[in-house]
Amino acid sequence: MDLSFSAEDIAFRDEVRSYLAENLPAHISDAVRSGGELTKEIMEEYHAILNAKGWLATTWPKEFGGPGWTPVQRHIFEEECCRAYAPRIVPFGLSMLGPVLQKFGTKEQQDHYLPRILDGTDWWCQGYSEPGAGSDLASLKTRAVRDGDQWVINGQKTWTTLGQHADWIFCLCRTDPDAKQQSGISFILVDMKTPGIELRPIKLIEGGHEVNEVFFTDVRVPYENLVGEENRGWTIAKYLLTHERTGIAGVGFSMQALEEVKALAAKVQRNGRPLIEDPLFAARVAQAEIDLEAMKITNLRMLFKAQQQGAPGPETSILKIKGTVINQELKDLARRALGPAAAPFPGYVNDGNLMFGPADTANNAARYFNNRKTSIFGGSNEIQRNILTKTMLEL
Amino acid sequence: MDFNLTEDRQMLSDTLNRYLAEQYPVEHRNKVAYEAPFHDPSKWDELAELGALFALAPESAGGFGGAGFDISVVFEAMGRQLTPEPVLGALMASRLLNAAGEDQEALLSGATKYAVGFTEIDAPYELDQIACSATAKGDNFTLSGRKSTVYGGQATDVLLIAAKLDGTLALFEVQAADANVTGYAMMEGGGAAEVLLDDTPARLLMADAGDAMQDAINAGIVALCAEAVGAMDVTHATTVDYLKQRKQFGVPIGKFQVLQHRAVDMLTEIEQARSITIKAAAELGGEDASRYASMAKNMIGRAARLVAEEAIQMHGGIAMTWEYPISHYAKRLVMLDAQLGDTDYHLTRVMAGNRAA
Repeated sequence: MDLSFSAEDIAFRDEVRSYLAENLPAHISDAVRSGGELTKEIMEEYHAILNAKGWLATTWPKEFGGPGWTPVQRHIFEEECCRAYAPRIVPFGLSMLGPVLQKFGTKEQQDHYLPRILDGTDWWCQGYSEPGAGSDLASLKTRAVRDGDQWVINGQKTWTTLGQHADWIFCLCRTDPDAKQQSGISFILVDMKTPGIELRPIKLIEGGHEVNEVFFTDVRVPYENLVGEENRGWTIAKYLLTHERTGIAGVGFSMQALEEVKALAAKVQRNGRPLIEDPLFAARVAQAEIDLEAMKITNLRMLFKAQQQGAPGPETSILKIKGTVINQELKDLARRALGPAAAPFPGYVNDGNLMFGPADTANNAARYFNNRKTSIFGGSNEIQRNILTKTMLEL
Repeated sequence: MDFNLTEDRQMLSDTLNRYLAEQYPVEHRNKVAYEAPFHDPSKWDELAELGALFALAPESAGGFGGAGFDISVVFEAMGRQLTPEPVLGALMASRLLNAAGEDQEALLSGATKYAVGFTEIDAPYELDQIACSATAKGDNFTLSGRKSTVYGGQATDVLLIAAKLDGTLALFEVQAADANVTGYAMMEGGGAAEVLLDDTPARLLMADAGDAMQDAINAGIVALCAEAVGAMDVTHATTVDYLKQRKQFGVPIGKFQVLQHRAVDMLTEIEQARSITIKAAAELGGEDASRYASMAKNMIGRAARLVAEEAIQMHGGIAMTWEYPISHYAKRLVMLDAQLGDTDYHLTRVMAGNRAA
């Protein structure tokens, strides 16, 4: 048993830390700290900063232009990014499609798409969920019919995150309606500029525009946009969902959130003393901190196992369940700490005039509501429990 | 970073697990745990021969371990079999004797049994509330006061007692034969004692022993947490097996999602509990040992009660019976919360640390 990082890993951590200190501009980290929505420009600027160093595609092997990091290095990198208030890397091209093309794509697809993901030419979004296919993803209905050297796609995708910025969408489509549910699905790449595609924004609970509906009406794309074999898209879908699971615990983000809550509770006054001296509030903070401390070790244990076995195991669902719940609790504490000062709707606080809490906490209520999503997306926490039931308990 | 046990510790773990499973089955355990002296003296000797006590002390003190992970290996194995042997007292006494620079060969060989008397009725956890007092009589000392729930006190040869000497917390050695010791079985089996001291002769080991006592408590907490992890693993595995076997409405009850998700939640909490125990073991002896021990004991208290109560509920009536082992695991898991500081006490300590930071 040894919980410390190796000398190489510590040297790597220092290198990441100093690169971010020197190259992450203050206007980007300030935007992250404010907790508001990030613009496309900021996300692209950040991607370019990482790409210049060869650190953008954290999960890619060297042969495809990635840094070839170990799971532990990726973990360290993510922690340092949180520590520096760097944005999250937009995952759709980099963490999702990239690894899929590397495993299932043709040489032509790899040569064409992968460099464009790295240099930011193509912004990708994900066409998985449908109105009738959420947790039961395999029941999806969007239809792709072959017509000569083309696919003709009809149907609807939803919850398409940041689709408003996207140039391309990767879609799961039903290509054999007569086969068993999972067997008739294909993975197809679609240019968002293709005629017949309509994108409509979905306004979220806190008023933000993060997700969209995407409608497909007789959308024609070349047959060679198919990835992998026809009707074998479910294999790819599963690979994509389970492949990249380091960081799923969100430990770095929760550490950030805990520090914010503590700092806020030291500033905010209740009953003539700092809120952190209120026993009920302090107990909830301490409880969350203990849970997070355990989560850090659980995360490292699973990283260690992934590193030893070459791939993360099904027990990483534990990280998703527990990690999201801890993060949501911290977001709740951050909202509560402000008391009535959390009241103003986000649009009314950004100019500073109406702000009566500490400056960087204006979006705390919005963040609390927005973060209810984390236990729903990426396989809801109930789906994660189903996975653990099958794999770990064998019930 | 390495989450594997070293070869030596893995060997000790395998040895103890095998020995206890074969030689200390639950039927035997339930018999000795509730009959005076509430443990099995011949098994105590055999455990000592296997090195279970030597593993608790560093080489400089004549042992071959003494690190947090040595302690957790021994106690996790005992937790898996609900072993009622008074090893906790030996561990804490070993830490204290080491700090006092006392020889402990008789402790580590198992020849002499030790128990530690910190707890009092009005000071169940807090060292600074201890009322038991020491009086100097020439070069000798006597102690007066009452020590409560002294674990292993019913079977001990020697008591290490915390008492106030001129306002400072000091550590004394008392021969059990010189004190008024009333032993009893605990709710979950195993023994403890009430110890009445009335001008009882005592030997001073350390005049200012607060830090050493806190270290002994931290080590004891690592031990209890590891014991709980072992007991929780068995309880959870038994519950999952039962879900596969027990049929109602024509199907194994493990097919019901309401039970599946609860069994998963048990697993999740156990993994978190295992993690925080590893952290506390790694930090033992270091600057932040007390903070991480408190974090661990808080989380273990919550997880252990959840696992105990859910195991009973998901089994149904059978787990309410004396005959079914899970009832005994559940008792141990619930009752160990009150040893060396419960969930709320340790949460308060973590809070105090946050205020001071």
